Amino acid sequence: MTPSTGTSRRALLAKLGLLFNGIAGAILAVPILRYLLSPVTRGRKPGYESWFALGGVEEFPVSQTRLATFRNPVADSWDGPTANIPCWVRNVDGQNFQVFAINCAHLGCPVRWFPQSNLFMCPCHGGVYYSDGSQAAGPPPRGLFQYHYRIENGKLLIKGGEMPTTGSPSANMNGAKPPCA
Amino acid sequence: MRLIAKVGAWLDHRLKLGASIRETVTHPVPRSSASWLYVFGSAALTVFLLQIVTGILLALVYVPSAGEAWNSLQTLNHSISLGWFIRALHGWGSNFMIAIVLVHMTQVFLFGAYKYPRELTWILGVFLLLVTLAMGFTGQVMRFDQDAYWGLGIGASIVSRVPLLGPWLVTLVLGGPIIAGPTLSRFFAMHVFVIPGLLIGFVTLHVLLVLKLGINEWPMPGRIVRRETYLRDYAGLVHRDGEPFVPGAVWKDIVFSGVILLAIATCAAFFGPFGPGGQPDPTIIQTAPRPDFFFLWLYAVLSFLPPAAETPLLMIGPVIAIALLLGLPFFAGEGEKSWRRRPVAVLTVLLTAVALGAMTQLGEHTPWSPVMDAWSGDAIPSRYLVKRTALERRGALVLQAKQCRNCHSLDGIGGKRGPALDTVAVRLTPDQLVRQVIQGGGNMPAYGKNLNPAETTALVAFLETLHPAGQAPARDASNEVARGRP
Repeated sequence: MTPSTGTSRRALLAKLGLLFNGIAGAILAVPILRYLLSPVTRGRKPGYESWFALGGVEEFPVSQTRLATFRNPVADSWDGPTANIPCWVRNVDGQNFQVFAINCAHLGCPVRWFPQSNLFMCPCHGGVYYSDGSQAAGPPPRGLFQYHYRIENGKLLIKGGEMPTTGSPSANMNGAKPPCA
Repeated sequence: MRLIAKVGAWLDHRLKLGASIRETVTHPVPRSSASWLYVFGSAALTVFLLQIVTGILLALVYVPSAGEAWNSLQTLNHSISLGWFIRALHGWGSNFMIAIVLVHMTQVFLFGAYKYPRELTWILGVFLLLVTLAMGFTGQVMRFDQDAYWGLGIGASIVSRVPLLGPWLVTLVLGGPIIAGPTLSRFFAMHVFVIPGLLIGFVTLHVLLVLKLGINEWPMPGRIVRRETYLRDYAGLVHRDGEPFVPGAVWKDIVFSGVILLAIATCAAFFGPFGPGGQPDPTIIQTAPRPDFFFLWLYAVLSFLPPAAETPLLMIGPVIAIALLLGLPFFAGEGEKSWRRRPVAVLTVLLTAVALGAMTQLGEHTPWSPVMDAWSGDAIPSRYLVKRTALERRGALVLQAKQCRNCHSLDGIGGKRGPALDTVAVRLTPDQLVRQVIQGGGNMPAYGKNLNPAETTALVAFLETLHPAGQAPARDASNEVARGRP
């Protein structure tokens, strides 16, 4: 056997070895990627959003806007207080409601309701909204995010579970008329 | 002494590191580079080592769980001997590290050190800047308080604006549908494993390149960098006018690093640790989130961008900035090194510094944010109320009760979002005041639905009194003519 064929045989074996490791790597990459992407895939399949009760309708007086809080339907035992999510509930006329996300449509800071001037104001960049959630001033590109709601057995139910951000599925319910309005 | 020498020889017989270490420490550097302006890189490395040590110390106690992190920070601050000091060292260390990295970068830029053959050193330096800033942001999340929680919300809102992939990226960054347990866990993994790993790798290569290529010589006006001749010129310079790195130059590095360490310790001892602020409980909405010092400029930029330009600029701006930094050694890899002959470079630095400084200053004062409790906390100065009619005082009450003060200041107190009202009567006639209040406009909400006619009349009556003594309020002369009042 000449030395040149010997090295080429070894080089071939080394290349085969690399290929073998490449295949093993590719096989390992599949479960690793699925593991890493699980927050996304889970959100797409069964979805993070579900219907749950915010409280009795009588807790939200007519033509007032009140803060309500709920435990996020998707939560882990170690989430602590972070899974307690607030939202603003506006009882328009006893029949129609509006449930606004706490997050400003600009960059997600918590908006505050001022009943005296009927405005929501954001402490971060000065976004201001009217009582119906429409944009009044400041940098927000749109009105407040709204949850879908329905009333069952005297309870106010909303569909939530995901932090609304521009472009998220929950943001697309914006401005749309509530399903049972 | 003999024993140490014997142990050293025994080790070196096996490790065979002695020769390369000797070569490293005695490698010649240009005498001109043994300067007090060449100490920032080593100081950044020293602070990074401090961050590793204090970071490990904090990790002995810190609990990276959304439910417990805040409590463990309280324990560190109050129950563990000098836990507060270690936290303070780590917090101040991070501020110093970012500052020193920026100074180092500015010096290197002005001295043309990124030019041939040190392009890769610069590129690694840009990566180091980015991972250092990433450490800063993830570190702010570790201090898991209200600011961290809402800071994550701001981050998620920015990420959500990425076209098409936005919503998926948000769940990927947060580790779930909301900011909660998985979010802190993955930021912890980033802050403690992934980004420090990158940092160590980049630093190693960065320092290796400095040793292999030699430290940048002191730039002289007129000494032009050319690919063909530079390496020969540099070798000649080092040969002619060089000295070994140890001890020729290293003592300045050591002294400066010591000064920086002492400065960090002094700041830590005097000013203490950063936070934590309020609990990361989103139901406590009485909060005005603010980012840490080095991200204040970004906070300010985000409030000034016009809404239409916001998303494109947020997406494209960072890409352009990073591309410019990475591309710099390729479109300016040769030529003049001295800042005395590079006015554009000097202007770029000045402009960047002024812009960042101005934005940071604005971020400190947030004139764009409503002062959420001004309406209930800041009284109307009494001099605006003496000798006023009942109607005008009623108007002052309306001004206060309808949260006008959250955006409008009187006597410098109150929000700065809208114009100060101290001399508003000079600027607007009564009719214009009524129109502005009812219809809003110019970034003011319309109050038409929230004020009844009596309230509007009273409010405008009060606003009409707000003019300097001796300067008449604005009036519409044509209006008076039309009404037949001369």
